[in-house]
Amino acid sequence: MSSTPEVYLDAASSTPLHPAARETLLAALDRGYGDPRRLHAAGRDARLLLDNARAVVAECLDARPDEVGFTASGTDAVHRGLLGLTAATGRNGIVHGAVEHSSVLHAVAWRPSPAHAAIPVDATGRVDVGALVDAAGRPGVGAVALQAANQEVGTLQPVDEVDAPAGVPLLVDAAAAVGHVPLPRRWDALTASAHKWGGPAGVGVLVVRRGTRWTNPFPGDDGLDQLGGFPNVPAALAAAAALQATLAERAEVAARQFALVNHLRGAVRTLPDTEVVGDPVARLPQLVTFSCLYVGGDEIVSALARRGFGVASGSACTASTLEPSHVLAAMGALTHGNVRVSLGRDTTADQVEGFCAALAEEVHRIRAEAGL
Amino acid sequence: MSAPGETPVTEIDCRDLPCPRPIIELAKALPSVAVGDLLAVIARDPAARHDVPAWCRMRGQEYVGEEVADDGAPRYVVRRVS
Repeated sequence: MSSTPEVYLDAASSTPLHPAARETLLAALDRGYGDPRRLHAAGRDARLLLDNARAVVAECLDARPDEVGFTASGTDAVHRGLLGLTAATGRNGIVHGAVEHSSVLHAVAWRPSPAHAAIPVDATGRVDVGALVDAAGRPGVGAVALQAANQEVGTLQPVDEVDAPAGVPLLVDAAAAVGHVPLPRRWDALTASAHKWGGPAGVGVLVVRRGTRWTNPFPGDDGLDQLGGFPNVPAALAAAAALQATLAERAEVAARQFALVNHLRGAVRTLPDTEVVGDPVARLPQLVTFSCLYVGGDEIVSALARRGFGVASGSACTASTLEPSHVLAAMGALTHGNVRVSLGRDTTADQVEGFCAALAEEVHRIRAEAGL
Repeated sequence: MSAPGETPVTEIDCRDLPCPRPIIELAKALPSVAVGDLLAVIARDPAARHDVPAWCRMRGQEYVGEEVADDGAPRYVVRRVS
């Protein structure tokens, strides 16, 4: 085993805690244990911290505090958000992009409807807005779901071009985008996940605009205050602190990451029989995905891990279902030999350079062993 | 489907091979096929449905389409064009 620490290039799966959130979390662990519904001192303290977290997240997401709720995860936020919109409209049909996160696809499958529609994407992964709006106008459609940016290939979706029919709310899954790019402005509900922006895991965010009809689709009271039971107040506050810190440094970090990813894309393109997928410009700054012919996704991920680089893959052999990534399939991209690299806020040019060298060697070795 | 009277000259059986072996075998078999002839790969691996057309696009070959083998396994047909 090498003693060098792993170069973690899978920030799009989960980030380390932002340093600015650490002190907040530790302090809140001591202070934020009470039940925020109680009127005693510990309860009022917890209420103060929770309201503070909500206010900060609201400001960061350009929303009002009473529009923000904390959930158990980004997936939980999508389920509650989307199913709550269709429950309120009384129409189960959901129109969504074909490359949405699996949490959206699972919510769609939860209540079957002949009005459900998955809208195709082009080769870069961008959804067909015209087809999306057309489908949204059909009878039985209760909500539209479109992500801000794709979690696997980084392509930004044209959310602000979506002119959905009146009475058909738009939920934007912003989990991949928050903290990395400016958010779309046109949405009725928005979801995100703290561990994607430097906050702790176990904190999702559901924002529902005032005036948007939404009811709790699951057992429990209506309203966004205590979605899913007793809130994790310290984690919510740490998530808020991380979001604030991440947005404060976003312009600088994103510019640096965008340039590093451009360099990485260029290096990957020099490998034979390898294609970089996703939009080269209208994309997340920190993420790039590519597929190498004749290479197993599990093989290359394991080989890179042995070389000290932690990356993800959308190839079937790396998925619990053994199905290839629905994102890559919808784009018509090669699904095997897939590698997703996502940089952290402190990833260096030297680390990217080292990764490129290791990648070229491992791809060459794996192909040679396959007799190609 | 193949045009009438036109039969793939080469068929490779990758029924039980995991991803990406069917594509590796396809690439290895291509030189044995004359330009203009057909090559069919039988593969149950779910990735092959996406990866045979993607391979054709990346390697400049023509993807003809998907058929069903006698035992129900998917059979992907490719024409060598270069």
